[in-house]
Amino acid sequence: MNPLAGYLLVAALLFAIGLAGALTRRNAILVLIGIELMLNAANLNLIAFWRYGSHPEALTGMMFAIFSIAVAAAEAAVGLGLVISIHRHTRTTDLDQINRMKG
Amino acid sequence: MSFAFYVVAALTLAGGLAAVLLKNLVHCALALTVAFAGLALLFLQLDAQFVGFVQILVYIGAVAILVVFAILLTRGSETPKSSEIFSRTWLAGLVVAAAVFAVLGWAVLQAAPGLPYATVAPMVTVQEIGAALMGRYVLPLEIVALLLTAALIGAVIVAMHEKEGAR
Repeated sequence: MNPLAGYLLVAALLFAIGLAGALTRRNAILVLIGIELMLNAANLNLIAFWRYGSHPEALTGMMFAIFSIAVAAAEAAVGLGLVISIHRHTRTTDLDQINRMKG
Repeated sequence: MSFAFYVVAALTLAGGLAAVLLKNLVHCALALTVAFAGLALLFLQLDAQFVGFVQILVYIGAVAILVVFAILLTRGSETPKSSEIFSRTWLAGLVVAAAVFAVLGWAVLQAAPGLPYATVAPMVTVQEIGAALMGRYVLPLEIVALLLTAALIGAVIVAMHEKEGAR
């Protein structure tokens, strides 16, 4: 098999796993874990294309992955802060029970 | 495809699956760490040493610890009942995820014969990455620095404990 296709298939499967976790789990933290898995799958795609693309010395894909990691870290911090704040207000992280926007 | 690729890919996917399927949230965080480590190994296999080590530092060192802190602060370490793991609309979510994987897998397999083979591994030193970050990519770097500062302050303010009657 083409090595690039192998990496792309792994990334697609990881993305699907993350998406399934984000869509099916009840706990808000598990949803964030699913989102992290999806972002990592996208990073794997970027790095694989950088490695097997035509101009790896231009570093485009690698820079994209580095910035993506930084943005994902910011997202995780804010997301988990929101989960803690919601838990303080409603005493639950069960997304099926969080059904109102009133504070 | 090398044998090492299959081993690391299986490790990563098993970690990801366990992270979304396990019942206890602390076990989920541990499985997530395994998935992150597998991804770092995949990056190293792709000759992206710098990104591989950044992955270990940022994801295993920071994000996984942050997830564990959030789990413990929200008392999520108590194992929920089996009926309370998945949401009421889990079947629809599973169908959407399967459909997305079908589309992605179909696209990859369609394009597979035309994908490029790279025989020579690109040699990129950390010095070149630093020069690119300080030269061509300096504006995105500054924006990311601003974003991280804003996210740090925002996360602290959002999660800060409000005193009774303070507002």
